[in-house]
Amino acid sequence: MSDPPIPLLAVQDLSVEFRTRAGVVRALDRVSFDVERGETVGVVGESGSGKSVTAFALLRILDASARITEGSAVFGGLDLVTATEHDLGLQRGRELSMIFQNPRTALNPIRPVGRQIEDVLLRHGNVTRAEVKRRAVDLLARVQIPDPERRYAAYPFQLSGGMCQRVMIALALACAPALLIADEPTTGLDVTTQAAIMDLIQDLGERTTMATLLITHDLALAAEHCDRIVVMHAGHVVEVAPAEALFEAPRHPYTAKLVGATPHGAERLEDLAAIPGGLPDLRGDLPPCRYRFRCERHAPMCDGPLPRVEVLPGHLVACWKPL
Amino acid sequence: MTALLRHGRYVLGENPVTGLAFGLFVLLVALAAAGPWLVPYDPLASNTAEALRPPSRAHWFGTDQLGRDLLSRVVVATRLDLTISICAVMIAFAVGSAAGVAGGFYGGWTDRLMGRVLDTIMAFPLFVLAMGIVAALGNTVANIVYATAIINVPFYARLARSEVMVRREAGFIEAARLGGNRGVRILAVHLFPNCLPPMMVQISLNLGWAILNAAGLSFIGLGVRPPTPEWGIMVAEGAAFIVSGEWWIALFPGAALMLAVFCFNLLGDGLRDLIDPRTRT
Amino acid sequence: MLRLIGRRLLAAAPGLAGVVVVTFLLTRALPGDPAAFFAGPAATREAIEEIRRSLGLDQSLPIQFGVYVRDLTRGDLGKSLTTGQPVRSDLMSRLPASLELTGCGLLLAISVALPLGVLAATRPGSWVDHFCRMLTTAGVSLPIFFTGLLLVYVFYFLLGWAPAPLGRLDAFASAPRSITGFFLLDALLTGDLGVAGAILRQLALPAITLGLFAMAPIARMTRAAMLGVLSSDFIRTARASGLDRRTVLLTYAFRNAMLPVVTTLGMVFSFLLGANVLVEKVFAWPGIGSYALEALLVSDYAPVQGFILTMAGLYVLLNLLIDVLYGVIDPRARIEA
Repeated sequence: MSDPPIPLLAVQDLSVEFRTRAGVVRALDRVSFDVERGETVGVVGESGSGKSVTAFALLRILDASARITEGSAVFGGLDLVTATEHDLGLQRGRELSMIFQNPRTALNPIRPVGRQIEDVLLRHGNVTRAEVKRRAVDLLARVQIPDPERRYAAYPFQLSGGMCQRVMIALALACAPALLIADEPTTGLDVTTQAAIMDLIQDLGERTTMATLLITHDLALAAEHCDRIVVMHAGHVVEVAPAEALFEAPRHPYTAKLVGATPHGAERLEDLAAIPGGLPDLRGDLPPCRYRFRCERHAPMCDGPLPRVEVLPGHLVACWKPL
Repeated sequence: MTALLRHGRYVLGENPVTGLAFGLFVLLVALAAAGPWLVPYDPLASNTAEALRPPSRAHWFGTDQLGRDLLSRVVVATRLDLTISICAVMIAFAVGSAAGVAGGFYGGWTDRLMGRVLDTIMAFPLFVLAMGIVAALGNTVANIVYATAIINVPFYARLARSEVMVRREAGFIEAARLGGNRGVRILAVHLFPNCLPPMMVQISLNLGWAILNAAGLSFIGLGVRPPTPEWGIMVAEGAAFIVSGEWWIALFPGAALMLAVFCFNLLGDGLRDLIDPRTRT
Repeated sequence: MLRLIGRRLLAAAPGLAGVVVVTFLLTRALPGDPAAFFAGPAATREAIEEIRRSLGLDQSLPIQFGVYVRDLTRGDLGKSLTTGQPVRSDLMSRLPASLELTGCGLLLAISVALPLGVLAATRPGSWVDHFCRMLTTAGVSLPIFFTGLLLVYVFYFLLGWAPAPLGRLDAFASAPRSITGFFLLDALLTGDLGVAGAILRQLALPAITLGLFAMAPIARMTRAAMLGVLSSDFIRTARASGLDRRTVLLTYAFRNAMLPVVTTLGMVFSFLLGANVLVEKVFAWPGIGSYALEALLVSDYAPVQGFILTMAGLYVLLNLLIDVLYGVIDPRARIEA
């Protein structure tokens, strides 16, 4: 019997703090999850739950006021948290890539998009100067940008939001990474373009066995495109489960509320339930379970340290009273 | 109001330099007001027997080529320099913001005319224009004030106009009109007070620049005439002696100039932090 | 690109027209009677009237203006009463001195301020950052004529490193063969390194004075712009793509930061051209600034008028250059989307 495969990315107890004028904000508290080769994992939660912070922490592109206080993130044998800037620089853009929301502002406004792709290729891709332009145009074609030869010389302000996002995808996929982190890639795009972009990402991922970490607040989007889903609340991971299981039988009260608030099919507005309360203030003293004050099921045992219960194989819940 | 005071105390505490600048400002104003009565010697009294003496116990800043006490002259000059710059900036503020607000509010020909006048002023290197105006109108203190005012008008006119345009785009004016207000009333009561905060920053920064401008004009012989004590002209008088080593005649008025301008610049930066911390550098 | 230049020139036209009108009004309103001065203290009333007529000062103002504009279009800036030469040739002979001085000062300012601003932005809180902030705060507060005098005192009187502030050449050197009119260039072109050294020594203090003056706003803007750009989204993307530090800093951040810096240069040029006059007085530099000052003292108005027109014209040209430079850096300015 062989050992289970080592995950591509293994995040363990990742914790991040921000020092602000108003105090220390504990944005992430012992976040743990895995990403296997080739699979698509979604990270969902409300705005402010720490999804993007997690992604930025992995690539170590956090704000200067942030500190990773504990934990590890082992990617292909390298711990991203403790790696040197030099080693990390070899991973970024090559084995581990990221695309961002607001694609227009995420691209250099005064540099042609083709040249921006070339910069990445020249840095990582073992490409000679003679053939780098050809490769860049090929990439533009691969992300289905029409007339890629001409678009090579275009500036971001001359392209639509959807096209800018395709350019970003081309940038991220230039060196065939093993893991793509997509931070809200479709926010701000219209619905048709959203679908097209998600299909493109999925398609490219399948063809190259690339794993994807999809960060989104849109649970329906995650349900449609992800194999497994990580649910976050106020800097904690509250539930990890295969997508179907999460929707059919959520085990954490927060996940249940999220599912209940997500429209799918021909739902009526009255049937959707809002989640009471708001995210807690992440400064100062916080209870071990940060959902405690929004939860109607809380009991005295909830004041104890947060557990990690495996209710089913591959289905983890951080709750003393799972559903 | 209390919120502003609290924020003010916070900013002063955060940045002690701003507090220092404010203290310096108070000192300058005090010297300007009470200077002539505080000084040990008559700033105009010459005493050739005591000419060109370096700083000593009798004369803290030394004496100049006519034996006049430099400390007295520097302190008394505070009044003239501060008065010139404050008057110039006040005039520039009044005329500039009125023009800017009118241009932004009425648009059309008013705006175009104002734009043309501003463009003409801004087409000159500003100090050169000030030189020309003082040369043309005559070598008096009043003309320095007018010249300095004229070259500062564009800052306020542009600022006022853009503030009005922003509010115009945002429907502010429409709303006021719908509320039954007439033109001038909208201008005075609704628009103008909202433009004030960034203007305050501009005023403080301009005060420093106005002092430099006036001193520069005096240095080249335009405006203030001897024996009037004024920092710029005193530096000019001291310039001839620097090459032979009598450094105090030019240094003390120059240092006073620097201190005053520095104070206004720091105040302006502090005000900017108070009003809009996002624009901090 | 040509269209951009053409459009900018057109936009500058009304400003130039205003300059011409304002300069005319200013100099016709000068106090003192040039005719009386030229005629001398013992002149009779008729003699003064005669001279007034020959100078065209007896005509009405609109006619004087018409004559003035006509002369301008022919390049005639009048005649200086003190030198007896046409103002145009006086200005042309003295312009290289001013340009050389201002050019060197600006070059010095940029070569120090840009790296300083970038370093200060990439190492916040370090001694470079504090030094930069100190320089900018102090630099904008210093009166330029005072700085010049201080430099003269320290480097000439105390240390003896710099020569006496007596202009472009010291008493014993002679000017190099005139090719461009810029002494330094001419000396280097003719291979006369000894003279070049002497010229450089004379240039040093006044150029440093101007340079220090221009350094402060440029360094301040560079630092602020870099700080702003470094925290923007596309820099984050560049870092996430693994681009090396030099590329991120120079190709991505610096070029974008240059946009607000170039815009600031307009104001810097305005200050520099004005400061030129003051520096020329301190260092007895034979440029157009001191030419105008000497003429002003004796109510000789044609040189003053010519000086103001030249300065304004230079300023328009410099602003045009800035616009073009901005268009080169920022495609959004030159491409009609």
